[in-house]
Amino acid sequence: MAGLHKSEFANPVINWIDTRLPIFTMMQKEYGVFPTPKNFNYLWNFGALAMVNLMIMIITGIFLAMNYQPNTELAFGSVQHIMRDVNYGWLLRYVHQNGASMFFIVTYIHIFRGMYYGSYKNPRELLWILGVVILILMMATAFMGYVLPWGQMSYWGATVITNLFSAFPIVGPKIVTLLWGGFSVDNPTLNRFFSLHYLLPFVLVGVIFLHVAALHITGSNNPLGIDVKSPQDTLPFHPYYTVKDSVGICVYLAVFAALVFFAPNYLGDPNNFIPANPLQTPADIVPEWYFLPYYAILRSVPNKLLGVCMMFGSLLVLFVLPWLDTSRVRSARFRPIYRQLIWLWVVAVIVLGVCGAHKPEGIWVILSRVATLYYFLHFLVILPVLGKLERPLPLPESISQPVLGGRGGGPLPGSAPAKPMEKA
Amino acid sequence: MADSSAAAAAHHAPSGEVTKRDLLQLIAVAGAAIGAGAIAWPLIDSMNPSKDVLALSSVEVDLTPVTEGQGITIVWQGKPIFVRHRTAAEIKEAQDVKLSDLIEPQADSARVKAGHDQWIVLIGICTHLGCVPLGNKPSDPRGEWGGWFCPCHGSQYDTSGRVRHGPAPANLALPPYAFESDTKIKVG
Amino acid sequence: MRPLRSLLAGVFAAGLLAAPALAQEGESLPHQKWSFDSLFGTFDLAAAQRGFQVYSNVCANCHSLQYLHYRDLSGIGLDGDEIKAIAAAVTVPQGLDDQGNPKDGPATPANQFRSPFANEKAARAANNGALPPDLSLIVNAREGGADYIYGILTGFVPAPSGFKMQDGMYYNKMFPGHQIGMPQPLQDGTVEYTDGTSNNLDQEAHDVITFLSWAANPELVERKQIGVRVILFLVFMAGITYAVKRKLWSDVH
Repeated sequence: MAGLHKSEFANPVINWIDTRLPIFTMMQKEYGVFPTPKNFNYLWNFGALAMVNLMIMIITGIFLAMNYQPNTELAFGSVQHIMRDVNYGWLLRYVHQNGASMFFIVTYIHIFRGMYYGSYKNPRELLWILGVVILILMMATAFMGYVLPWGQMSYWGATVITNLFSAFPIVGPKIVTLLWGGFSVDNPTLNRFFSLHYLLPFVLVGVIFLHVAALHITGSNNPLGIDVKSPQDTLPFHPYYTVKDSVGICVYLAVFAALVFFAPNYLGDPNNFIPANPLQTPADIVPEWYFLPYYAILRSVPNKLLGVCMMFGSLLVLFVLPWLDTSRVRSARFRPIYRQLIWLWVVAVIVLGVCGAHKPEGIWVILSRVATLYYFLHFLVILPVLGKLERPLPLPESISQPVLGGRGGGPLPGSAPAKPMEKA
Repeated sequence: MADSSAAAAAHHAPSGEVTKRDLLQLIAVAGAAIGAGAIAWPLIDSMNPSKDVLALSSVEVDLTPVTEGQGITIVWQGKPIFVRHRTAAEIKEAQDVKLSDLIEPQADSARVKAGHDQWIVLIGICTHLGCVPLGNKPSDPRGEWGGWFCPCHGSQYDTSGRVRHGPAPANLALPPYAFESDTKIKVG
Repeated sequence: MRPLRSLLAGVFAAGLLAAPALAQEGESLPHQKWSFDSLFGTFDLAAAQRGFQVYSNVCANCHSLQYLHYRDLSGIGLDGDEIKAIAAAVTVPQGLDDQGNPKDGPATPANQFRSPFANEKAARAANNGALPPDLSLIVNAREGGADYIYGILTGFVPAPSGFKMQDGMYYNKMFPGHQIGMPQPLQDGTVEYTDGTSNNLDQEAHDVITFLSWAANPELVERKQIGVRVILFLVFMAGITYAVKRKLWSDVH
């Protein structure tokens, strides 16, 4: 079924290539004229920011790998070599180290945006599921990357997290030995973590490609959560959203730079400046901030296996979120009760994060249990029931309708009858 | 330009004159280009030799322990450097040879530092295929001309490091070096 | 609609406030003024050089500084000849001689700082079982950083009556558990400064901590300088792109 593409580009070189391999036509279609809802707020920047962040991580990572030694005898010293002797090595390293934190900040906000505006609902379930896969891959990559400097927290973090798998009956200990490639976290572990830490970001690129491909099939959700009805509801992606994303990228880079240049170790742990010592555990083992909520869930349950299952469950539940939420209205703007409860869920996650940073004693145990309970309650009980009980506010007729109605940018309560979301 | 559907086409001023928006765009694009360059430089520079490598880019050699007739091998930038303390007979032999007899004619005086005729400093890599010639220790085979002998393909060098017998095409190369004092040289 | 959001803000603020509070248990650290602290702070090089003297005369007897090389001392303002002389005064292993025996010789600027002990076991044996930690990163490796080190160096006081001390341990009010294996290293007048600076304990501690802070973060000054430029540039770019965006979107209704 061969056939040359009929390219419409005037430039002869571009036309020649595009005729044979229509990548320019594709780019033009997907990122040039791509019809995008015109009512995005700045929360819609965060997908692009995550993409930029991944690029930053891959590029700095490749240059760091040129000087890093994945060997327990040499790893810590090679990081010091990078920090002290390699030209701009400190910059590459601090960007990569803080880039992990920035990546999670950006991704968590991106996820929150999806939850607040119901972006996971029909027909975007698969888009959402791919997003959850991305999150899990990211977490695995971040965890293995944290082991590489081979400081005390690297070593003990690796020991504790890999030991989680020992909770599973019968096969548990075998899995742990397999992960370690030995009988404790040691050189084989470090070697394979380096290998996988290098590989997974490229797997991420692949899944992100699918995530974006799925997005371009369904089209973007928007703050009103209603479907695009006419060309009047949309704008071409370029230049409108390329420029709007650029504003966000500049602000994001400024925050990133503030962290890298003025507080590069603020989010780190002093213990990781001590080389790994398998015979001495630090007084407090705390994961990086972005894992604290999961860590708190893990510790809130007195039973080891149940704790591990709850921790993994807190992620896995996201896969079925599109089916747990029974409401047919997407955006929280039109769901008066959900709009409150989603914030309560955010509070629960933050409480879990704070609990994760403290020793599990006294008030912190109780708090983490309450917050864990609410975390699951939100997904497993509140969302299914709320969808049936809640009376949504009336939805606007279309994205451009509020403007045509001459009353400014917000939704117009009472101007249109409540109407279930339509299928695309 | 009130119609939103026309807005895409209208982001250039219709008359073609430079508008404020065009100017802003120009600054933004120029700024982005400067930013990209500024980001690229640390990445590229990180591949240049690091400080620990540069710290070894020159080495100082104390010549006092090297007695007449002896040679030492030191490592400079990853390469073997031959330093040999020549005897009076070796110096005379190196100076007296007819240039027309040489494969790559070069006077001995051009291969040593003036006033330090007894010291010959060479990069110890055979110009044929990169082996390290023998002859730096008195116990090594030194070849017919008393200099160095390459065990790989039999090239022979005289006491000035000049090739006298093939297959090597050229004389042993000289590293950049200088005498810091009569008994100390700095290579590199 | 708003009460929950303010609750969220409250929880977040409480978390931020709680973070530093939980950093240190027991006696709170005396906050000191450091030349390298503030947003534009740099290392006081004279203090760092005096601190190097304190390190060499006192700390170096037990503590290594293994991630530093003598050449790095140019970072505290020493010139090439001074560094050469400092290195040459130290004897370090230099590979093998022609008979295959290990040989020693004077260090060069390219050498790592010599460690006082050959290995961890030797260090423990010489120190009553305690391992004097490497000091290259000590300022980063302790909660509280420079203030904590200052607290330790000035925290040697007589043990309160009734406090049970183990043999060979010393009382330090800032050390977790209050029993430290290191005897008080610095006292008034421990080091004789050549530049006429007072050599009381406070000054010596400040100097050596300035030196160690530089040793842990030698890139700090360059980092902050570049950082100011990068952030100014990005703020400018944010302004420009926002202006472009405003102009562009002014057509959209």
